[in-house]
Amino acid sequence: MTLRTGKALRVVFGETMTELAEDDPRIVMLDADVAVSTGAAAFETAHPDRFLQMGITEQAMLGVAAGLATVGFIPVVSSFSCFAVGRAFDSIRVLIAQPGLNVKIAGGYAGLLTGMTGKTHQMFDDIAIMRTLPNVSVIAPADEPETVQAIQAMVAADGPFYLQLTREKSPVLFGPDYRFEIGRAVRVRDGSDVSLISTGVQTVRVYEAAELLASRGIEATVLHVPTIKPIDEQAIVEAAQATGLVVVAEEQSVLGGLGGAVAEVLSSRYPVPVRRLGIQDVYGESGTNEALLDKYRLSAAAVAEDVEAWLRQQLASRPLAAGLGKG
Amino acid sequence: MSGNEPAIADLDATARLARREIVKAIAHAKGGHVGGPLSATDILTALYFRVLNIRPEQPDWPDRDRFILSKGHSSIALYVVMALRGYFPLAELSTFDAIDSRLQGHPDMTRLPGLDMSSGSLGLGFAAGIGIALGARLARRSFTTFVMVGDGECNEGIIWEGAHIAQRYALDNLVVVVDHNRLQQTGWRADGTRLPPYADGELAARWAAFGWAVSEVNGHDMAAVIRALQDARTTAGRPAVLIADTTKGKGVSYMEGDYRWHSRIPTDDELATALAELADPDVAAVEA
Repeated sequence: MTLRTGKALRVVFGETMTELAEDDPRIVMLDADVAVSTGAAAFETAHPDRFLQMGITEQAMLGVAAGLATVGFIPVVSSFSCFAVGRAFDSIRVLIAQPGLNVKIAGGYAGLLTGMTGKTHQMFDDIAIMRTLPNVSVIAPADEPETVQAIQAMVAADGPFYLQLTREKSPVLFGPDYRFEIGRAVRVRDGSDVSLISTGVQTVRVYEAAELLASRGIEATVLHVPTIKPIDEQAIVEAAQATGLVVVAEEQSVLGGLGGAVAEVLSSRYPVPVRRLGIQDVYGESGTNEALLDKYRLSAAAVAEDVEAWLRQQLASRPLAAGLGKG
Repeated sequence: MSGNEPAIADLDATARLARREIVKAIAHAKGGHVGGPLSATDILTALYFRVLNIRPEQPDWPDRDRFILSKGHSSIALYVVMALRGYFPLAELSTFDAIDSRLQGHPDMTRLPGLDMSSGSLGLGFAAGIGIALGARLARRSFTTFVMVGDGECNEGIIWEGAHIAQRYALDNLVVVVDHNRLQQTGWRADGTRLPPYADGELAARWAAFGWAVSEVNGHDMAAVIRALQDARTTAGRPAVLIADTTKGKGVSYMEGDYRWHSRIPTDDELATALAELADPDVAAVEA
């Protein structure tokens, strides 16, 4: 099974925003001089009058976006996730989130794979941080078709959004029939041994990990959670009920992100063992994509290995459980 | 100009009344800030009673001039002036800082109609004001956006980020007023005293270096403040900043120029002294 390679989510972002702006004169794009990297450059070419260069001023840029929203524009702020969230958090919290203004924040270059830029640019906690803000919806799409729909839905909805985007070309998981809906998680695979929950582009690697596990006789349910806030509690509970064992894997810190959100839901509604795979409370570093995914245990092979090892531990502590990997 | 004199006297009386309400509200709430609100009172009175094109009975009127109090900790001064202007009843001032009040310690636009932006983290209101002015430009709307910042607030990096953006977009529909009261909460220590955040003339030079049209005014001279605000709003081709020379704690002798009155609460005796000093001179004469 090999998935077709699709466009990088940043490219999809630039194209989709450009298209939406054709029909909606309220859309403006704000950039802090990284448009060539974030994909927003396509918007500048098509709509130069609505492309607002802010210079390298992320804190002010998020504030300017808030002001624009109060006079009826739909400001889309494009930056790297490390700068949009990390540097401008106070502007976001005070001026956008608390008043609930209609600003869309697109954080590109999220996660590990940031073009060998290393620890400053590798943002592992944008999801964790942004989901703590009341009024803010948080979305991390997995592939090209889902990103198109997520952006359409985000722009159509009122209120502040954080959209996580990534740099590299991504395999396409979803077919033409797929329908993204804000707040809805989607099962991309059914299995009875373990439930794997993921978000963003990591879902694709988790799906591939599930296929590897299947070849070893382990059948995994895979739940993709593109909306981290508001989170689809019911889908997470049902995934836990399906297997009784949950692994969350994300290209984010294991502290506070999707893993934290899932643990919050399950601890109150359906407690089961939850294993969190991701960046283990450390900073990143530069390196090739392959080397990074391997070292930080986020490649499909690494996820499959770690899931299998954890399952064996779990079974060892449950003498009555059925044998694993014998089917 | 002599025809304006009675109106100016009325505005001075309004500002005095506002100061009394500010001191009373702070004493009642046993919280909030007092020195900064008193330095800003005359400017706010000039804005809300003479300069801003607003409709208190229709606070969301789309073509209104916008005002953002970026030095949000001076909120009580804004609330008092808004109440006096008719946005809400004066009696509501007694809820300042109280639970469930629309009059939050720092302005909350989701609670009180008439607030054009939430603020309270220094520098942010200014950045939002740039966005409003830029939006007005893009939408070809003719209102002016006024933002008040403190001189201490000008320490914030976002102020200079924003100053650059506004200059690049030549936002001549944006007017910033600096309440230059020369005191921040404590400030830089020097020989048993405290230095002002910026020396005299330093702020004017900084804003000018960022390409802004700079003017200066005595921030307690009502007629001069009104003139300076009107001039600033008609500046063409670049954003305007009006540096208002003010006194922190203005109008209350024991507060004036004393940094410790940034957010101290007056005792009953201190309140009585303050109210006596802020009494309308004509009324005081009649009562005497």
